[in-house]
Amino acid sequence: MPDIYLDNNATTKVDPAVVDVMIPFFLEQYGNPSSIHKFADGVAKALKKARGQVQELIGAEHDSEIIFTSCGTESDSTAILSAIKAQPNRKEIITTMVEHPAILNLCENLEKEGYTIHRLPVDKCGRLNIEAYKKMLSDQVAIVSVMWANNETGTIFPVVEMAEMANAAGVMFHTDAVQAVGKIPMMLQDTKIDMLSISGHKLHAPKGIGVLYLRRGTRYRPLLRGGHQERGRRAGTENTASIVGLGKACEMAMEHMEYENVQVKAMRDRLERGIIEEIPHSFITGDLNNRLPNTTDIAFEYIEGEAILMLLNKAGIAASSGSACTSGSLEPSHVMRAMQIPYTAAHGTIRFSFSRYNTMSEVDEVLKVMPDIVAVLRKLSPYWDSQNNIPVANPEAAFTPTFK
Amino acid sequence: MWDYSDKVKEHFFKPKNAGAVVDANAIGEVGSISCGDALRLTLKVNPETEIIEESGFQTFGCGSAIASSSVLTEIIKGMTIDEALKVTNQDIANELDGLPPEKMHCSVMGREALQAAVANYRGVEWKDDHEEGALICKCFAIDAVMIEEMIWANKLRTVEDVTNFTKAGGGCAACHEDIEAILEKVLAEKGEKFDATVSTAPVEKTEVEKVKTPLTSVQRIKKIEEVLNSLRPQLMADGGDVELVEVVGNTVYVNMTGACNGCQMAAMTIAGIQQRLMEVLGEFLRVVPASEMKKLVNIEGAGHA
Repeated sequence: MPDIYLDNNATTKVDPAVVDVMIPFFLEQYGNPSSIHKFADGVAKALKKARGQVQELIGAEHDSEIIFTSCGTESDSTAILSAIKAQPNRKEIITTMVEHPAILNLCENLEKEGYTIHRLPVDKCGRLNIEAYKKMLSDQVAIVSVMWANNETGTIFPVVEMAEMANAAGVMFHTDAVQAVGKIPMMLQDTKIDMLSISGHKLHAPKGIGVLYLRRGTRYRPLLRGGHQERGRRAGTENTASIVGLGKACEMAMEHMEYENVQVKAMRDRLERGIIEEIPHSFITGDLNNRLPNTTDIAFEYIEGEAILMLLNKAGIAASSGSACTSGSLEPSHVMRAMQIPYTAAHGTIRFSFSRYNTMSEVDEVLKVMPDIVAVLRKLSPYWDSQNNIPVANPEAAFTPTFK
Repeated sequence: MWDYSDKVKEHFFKPKNAGAVVDANAIGEVGSISCGDALRLTLKVNPETEIIEESGFQTFGCGSAIASSSVLTEIIKGMTIDEALKVTNQDIANELDGLPPEKMHCSVMGREALQAAVANYRGVEWKDDHEEGALICKCFAIDAVMIEEMIWANKLRTVEDVTNFTKAGGGCAACHEDIEAILEKVLAEKGEKFDATVSTAPVEKTEVEKVKTPLTSVQRIKKIEEVLNSLRPQLMADGGDVELVEVVGNTVYVNMTGACNGCQMAAMTIAGIQQRLMEVLGEFLRVVPASEMKKLVNIEGAGHA
């Protein structure tokens, strides 16, 4: 069986149809869209088409609300830095404890510059406390930034409602929607969301292209100043081929929206059900009733994620982990810690994320190898009683190291 | 994914001596599940000969933790416990054909488990001498706690000082921002202010006075030569060489020649030489390329004036 790719929340394969539409913009229509000659003739038109395709996917009211950027991180940074520059008297930011580092590390840095950062906690299922959020909103808050869906667990946040509340309090609202766009339907013109980040490579477009949706009328300060590109809101020569590719990818995501939410979801559901039934001491993290259709994050207790990934990789299966070791830090993922997943499990979480390229037979293949992988590692674990095939009684106490 | 050597993969996919030794008379446990790494080493030591006859491991951890444990049990089998105690974490890493810098702590854990097991066998209490903090310098695997302690103990004030004392920040320099943050924090705790514009470290006199066996300047230079000679074969293997030019105060000026000269690794090589010199001479020394001699002498001269 060929290798199985179940790490689509990390990045996706570029759809061959996307590659096809991009190639002419490298080899023939390579002119600068600002130029007046035949090498640039079709380029501006192609950009406009792509803008329309993105607009369609997210339900924006105007195509001028689409600003092309270099990636999701740039969109996130632009949104937050714009909000604080445009409103210098507001010194607070509301976000969550489970955001992507693109938001968290930026906020941490702003904290050093004197900003107050409110990080909304989550419960054990990864859900936000909306009452607590409501109390934080004030005329001191420059911007609220809450992800549409969490990259690790797939948990979806009520950003539409939260944006309404922010709007009522006179506060700008941004959402990092890189995981949600293309997987769940959205109609931004019916919401109060002011800014939204998209990353091309999460939806079968290439890496190095992103979008910032900027609602018409939202006060804005560019991050990159220079040329007149993107109506002066994001200077720098347009990444024409990638923009055209992203447009095509958005069109295809729109076409596959139902497939994503029915067939892809069915694969995900079958995988996680099969694992939970077959493997004792494993559980799904996040809000099970309110998740992206393609994502499952499963904790395998008493073993460590990187070791699981290495054995999966050997079996030709690609997934990812929230364990400390895969990131080079000593702590398991901030998302797992925020959900208070016990340490016995947090180090052994594995995320499987699907795309429309996966198949049911791939699911069966994973189900075939997964129980053995877990069993092999548990056999090595000092927290596992191999003779009785159960965890050692009271694992924290059974293992008494000389130091911790 | 990490760039693991074939040896690491071999020991991970087919670990040796997995599981606990029955009738073990030496057990060492280090780490904890909250840290993401835990290792229990069980040994069967012959009380007559003190030879380790059997060794087994149980490890909760990543690929390199399991590989380090496996290779450790292989290394020490057949050794006396005194011989086994001489096994360093570097030996473990070498046996695995190296570990990524971020993973060196896995080999440290192996050595610690071994020490704990021997202590357990001898009926004494083993105390770990370091606490692990967030990893700051990935090139040399130096954590925040270590850096903080060195700043406190040695009155360090600049990133350069921290690099001189701990090696942290001496490689790719990506962690300099983090080191500045730690300096800021610790200096604030001490009631001082971090000033990024101070370029040279005020070397504390107490540091120099602490030297236990004072050497005459001739003895000292001879000793430095001796250390350089001992490192020479390693450098020559890489097509380079090192030459002692001058010693001024605690600054050792060297010429890096051959492949070492201008090589990207020169800074790291110099940091390694410096570390070794400090270990042998028991004093703080700074190793500087001779090309920078004039500049630094002037600054130092100004500092003492």
